[in-house]
Amino acid sequence: MKALVEDVFVGAFGEVAREDAATTRLAELAAHGETLAFTTDSFVVTPLVFPGGDIGKLAVCGTVNDLATAGAVPLQLSCSVILEEGLEIALLRDIVRSMAETARQAGVRIVTGDTKVVPHGACDRLFVNTAGIGVVRRGVAPSSAACRPGDVVLVSGPLGDHGAAILAARGDLALETTVESDCAPLHRLVGRLLDAVPGTCFLRDATRGGLATVLNEAAAASKVGIELSETAVPVRDAVRGLCEILGLDPLYLANEGRMVAVVPGDAAEAALAALRADPLGREAALIGRCVADRPGRVVMDTAFGGRRIVDMLTGEQLPRIC
Amino acid sequence: MRFVDEFRDPALAKTLLREIEALAAEVSAVRGRPIAIMEICGGHTHAIFRFGIEGMLPPSIELIHGPGCPVCVLPMGRVDDCIALAEMPGVTLATFGDALRVPGARGSLMEAKARGLDVRTVYSPMDALAIARAEPERTVVFFGLGFETTMPSTALTVLQAEREDIRNFSLFCNHITIIPTIQALLDEPDLRIDGFLGPGHVSMVIGTEPYRFVAERYARPLVVSGFEPLDVLQSLWMVLKQMRDGRAEVENQYARVARDAGSRVAQDAVARVFELREFFEWRGLGTIPHSGVRLREAYAAWDAERRFLLPNLRVADPEACQCGDVLTGRIRPRDCRVFGKACTPATPLGALMVSSEGACAAYHRYGALAREPA
Repeated sequence: MKALVEDVFVGAFGEVAREDAATTRLAELAAHGETLAFTTDSFVVTPLVFPGGDIGKLAVCGTVNDLATAGAVPLQLSCSVILEEGLEIALLRDIVRSMAETARQAGVRIVTGDTKVVPHGACDRLFVNTAGIGVVRRGVAPSSAACRPGDVVLVSGPLGDHGAAILAARGDLALETTVESDCAPLHRLVGRLLDAVPGTCFLRDATRGGLATVLNEAAAASKVGIELSETAVPVRDAVRGLCEILGLDPLYLANEGRMVAVVPGDAAEAALAALRADPLGREAALIGRCVADRPGRVVMDTAFGGRRIVDMLTGEQLPRIC
Repeated sequence: MRFVDEFRDPALAKTLLREIEALAAEVSAVRGRPIAIMEICGGHTHAIFRFGIEGMLPPSIELIHGPGCPVCVLPMGRVDDCIALAEMPGVTLATFGDALRVPGARGSLMEAKARGLDVRTVYSPMDALAIARAEPERTVVFFGLGFETTMPSTALTVLQAEREDIRNFSLFCNHITIIPTIQALLDEPDLRIDGFLGPGHVSMVIGTEPYRFVAERYARPLVVSGFEPLDVLQSLWMVLKQMRDGRAEVENQYARVARDAGSRVAQDAVARVFELREFFEWRGLGTIPHSGVRLREAYAAWDAERRFLLPNLRVADPEACQCGDVLTGRIRPRDCRVFGKACTPATPLGALMVSSEGACAAYHRYGALAREPA
């Protein structure tokens, strides 16, 4: 066990704390701002490796993005893994390497961790938990309750790539697609946006439950209505096609590298330009606006010319039979 | 996206809507009351809400969302039988995904799965047969449901099981047929349906001939319709045109997919494997003669109802539910006394709140904006 940890994790992560706790000088943190952001997330995905990423990359991006939505600069992560007996060491090694590589590219350090092995059947191959700390940039305070009528809604890129890639990669649909997960760390993209529009009202990565869920939460918390235009919402043709076949709605598909931002209406152009200046935001789009009508509701003008409510999702999206 | 976007063209929609408005004005001026058109099929209900079609129509047209959602009309007792099957030792119950949430008296299959029973989602009955092939130690029961749309694939699966002599596979058959139910609706004493959009995918299998009685005996226009929003608008336009001209005919808007003769291959497979039941119970509508099918005696070896002892209990629909009144167009979903209160998509009480094709679930999810109190 000790050998496994030494060999796989320390080898990949480098300077992991040899003590029970990693330590950081407060002054080092305070250099970035006055407010600490702290988050944790657990990752359980099947399959462990999918087009565009793997559970390791996902575990780093997910926590980095959660910190980014608070307007924080992510600094340090922890990494806890629970392994099922019998998991191939080569696969574990690949996933840990991917984690280390993603963290390196994102400029965050994995400073502490833990490994447990459980008997066969007690977990599904490999579970990962990451916690992260970051420091909130000075002068920003995005919040789901801060949207006001007149604000506009932006997304950083096409929706549903991750959800579609995972569905296809599970293989039980026998569907082939070229879609890759959008899994990516978004803190630099958020940094550009906050530099350009410090008054950004709301930021959220549209993970489980997709865009629809994020906007419903914001509409409810801010007591505003949100009006979307379907023609403005970017969705790749391959994802639309998959959704058409399965009877799914791309607005509810998970994303792991897409940021939803609400900014004041007069900052729309600046925000869009800032997002598009980032390599991960080239396909950013303005998709809707906040209104005083129907507080708590998200409504969409359909491409066909109709109008419908975009509700919260109940449970999982289930494919329709006919 | 080719073959999809062409059928969602907003400019064409505007043109059609102008014509629909003119026709509806003409027809309703003579009648002095709104025109009630029922879309029979849940697939149409889904499209109508998803594309916001209802709000685009003139107020003189009222859409009544019909009983053509197989998940919605599944009676509680049949779900209980499914759970009883899944509780038998060694049984794997294979089901379509959207049947998972349908509540029985003893909860849903989703809850049964959460209790640890072996309930698996499949996308085709052939997937269920594949499980039986790969896991010979399991007894695999496929929960077959749907109208004539899904009946042929179930029939072909049973024939395949026979060919390969796979004995650890069986079918719990809940397939139903739409024609007797349309007839039952038309026989309602307070019928207020002026015309129908006919189910496109069912017609792909059975053709358009079986609807002839709707036009001939009940003098109601019926237009077999596709599922894209322009299909729905064009079909409404065709129904209105018949009404304006004083005609009642069966017309086929969906001829690109549904032939007037239907599919011989599919019909043959269905006829070979299935026979009509004397009665079948529909949630919200009660028992309707000759509205369900079961496996023929020759396929008894693959018939779960013959192989296993099932509770087979009739469970009355919850009293507060008014699904039947919604299905027959007497009230709108929002007028039901439990809509959005005791009955929501997360905790459906009535059948129509269960599937995304159910009228109430669609109202709850997509809303009827025009009629929503501000």
